[in-house]
Amino acid sequence: MARAATDDTALFEYALRLGDNCLILGHRVSEWCGHSPVLEEDIALANVALDLIGQTQLWLGLAGEIEGQWREGGGRSADDLAFLRDAGAFRNLLLVEQPNGDFGKTLARQFLFDAWHNAMLGALQGSADKRAAEIAEKAAKEVAYHLNRSRDLVVRLGDGTAESHSRMQRALDDLWFYTGELFLADEVDAAMLAAGIGPDLDDIRAQWDAEIDRTLKQATLRRPDSGHVQKGGKRGVHSEHLGYVLAEMQFLQRAYPGARW
Amino acid sequence: MYAQMVKTEADRPRTLEEMDPQERAFQERIDAGIKIEPKDWMPEGYRKTLIRQISQHAHSEIVGQLPEGNWITRAPTLERKAILLAKVQDEAGHGLYLYCAAETLGVSRDQLTEQLLSGKAKYSSIFNYPTLTWADIGAIGWLVDGAAIMNQVPLQRCSFGPYSRAMIRVCKEESFHQRQGYDIMMKLCQGTPEQKAMAQDALNRWWWPSLMMFGPSDAESVHSAQSMAWKIKLNSNDELRQKFVDQTVPQAEYLGLTVPDPDLKWNEDKGGYDYGEIDWAEFFEVIKGNGPCNRERMAARVKAHEDGAWFREGLMAHAEKQAERRRNAAA
Ligand SMILES: [Fe+2]
Ligand SMILES: [Fe+2]
Repeated sequence: MARAATDDTALFEYALRLGDNCLILGHRVSEWCGHSPVLEEDIALANVALDLIGQTQLWLGLAGEIEGQWREGGGRSADDLAFLRDAGAFRNLLLVEQPNGDFGKTLARQFLFDAWHNAMLGALQGSADKRAAEIAEKAAKEVAYHLNRSRDLVVRLGDGTAESHSRMQRALDDLWFYTGELFLADEVDAAMLAAGIGPDLDDIRAQWDAEIDRTLKQATLRRPDSGHVQKGGKRGVHSEHLGYVLAEMQFLQRAYPGARW
Repeated sequence: MYAQMVKTEADRPRTLEEMDPQERAFQERIDAGIKIEPKDWMPEGYRKTLIRQISQHAHSEIVGQLPEGNWITRAPTLERKAILLAKVQDEAGHGLYLYCAAETLGVSRDQLTEQLLSGKAKYSSIFNYPTLTWADIGAIGWLVDGAAIMNQVPLQRCSFGPYSRAMIRVCKEESFHQRQGYDIMMKLCQGTPEQKAMAQDALNRWWWPSLMMFGPSDAESVHSAQSMAWKIKLNSNDELRQKFVDQTVPQAEYLGLTVPDPDLKWNEDKGGYDYGEIDWAEFFEVIKGNGPCNRERMAARVKAHEDGAWFREGLMAHAEKQAERRRNAAA
């Protein structure tokens, strides 16, 4: 990607979006700890959550570093960004804040996100912003593994028993209208594309479509019809669920302001 | 400990003279410090006792995920969250190695899980206490993992090969857990007065249950002698408990916290601390199922198992379909 003039406020937003997706999905996945259907899943989910929290630290760290260019007193730390923003300042996709539901819904959400995340990180490794490219390179290895795992489970459960099939189909049907937002480009995406920092979301969609179609076919699952798209997360308009996630996640930092942990 | 009360069905070990030649050869190998491996002959009592002990230990790791998992979503910083996630993941891993070690004795993980969920098998009493504040996560790492290490370090030398090897892997991770727990306590004690009060409150609630982790006093431990002869228990309960108190009291002092025991005092003659009487009535109630969280812990495990049935069945059905497809392709 060729380097054009960087709009740092757009890059700040962009890093927040990437970091918030990881943070909120990591939170959701970690809710399973000790409650999953089988011990191996407890371990695997903890691993995914750990990777996502690690990626959160990198992306939010980058956001804070960029913010330091104009914010008096310096940019906020990754922790301050995670624990001291209210819901309206969060930039994650609606998909990742959706409640876990049954294990099938958790897996379907993971697969739909992983397929997008993997394509995004693949493209971001060639970003004109070296810091973003470095984070993407590290994260891409982890996310390739997440995708292999979620894809494999979607196939096995889709093509498992009648019950596992119908649970997976219902999960896809329920989550589908949150997937449109993954590809809706706004002015931040446009600025990043123009600066050679972020990819064209149409390209990401093409890769995502191919992954989804191939996997669902193998899983004997039906791709839901594209219809209405729920959107808003990227600009801070969330579902009711995010407020509860934050109430829980931010509890200690809010109850004991300024304390060190 | 994680296996607090393991019955052996023997009030006293038999002497070499009382044993038949096979059993005598077995005991002599143990006495010589040679490891017993799964394929070796072993007395039925040894096998059964080990299955009980290893599975109690495994179940404790599994149930132990719950009180700490309770704070993952509320951890105060990203780093603390990552450390806690990794810790709880380690505990699940310990459960897995231990179930594998038990499986070498001819019992399946499914059977052991069934025993846990039906309430037939026990797990450590400690995990039936609630985690009410973030300081409890520090106290668990410091005290509970600390007590676990005290017991598990000697078990690295136990007579059964797979158990001994599992303990070697587990102990490395446990000492990391203990350091992290103490680090949480340290941060709290250096923090605001409210944080320090939180740390003191956690110590007040976890101190006595931690001492109970070592099991009944030696006078009450009717099954210990046989386990010690078999070298699947290497120290007495009271001996380990004393070591734990002696190690932990100075750590509490360093934190500036008060151990909640008015009878605690240094005894120059024995070179250790004297400590107050443990509330054994409470211990036996918790073991019986009447601790503050026994019902919640079991309900959470049962729910995870039942809610996950369709998932496990789905995976099995898929594996069968794949095998069938391969057979058809080969035919
Ligand atoms: Fe453990
Ligand atoms: Fe541990």
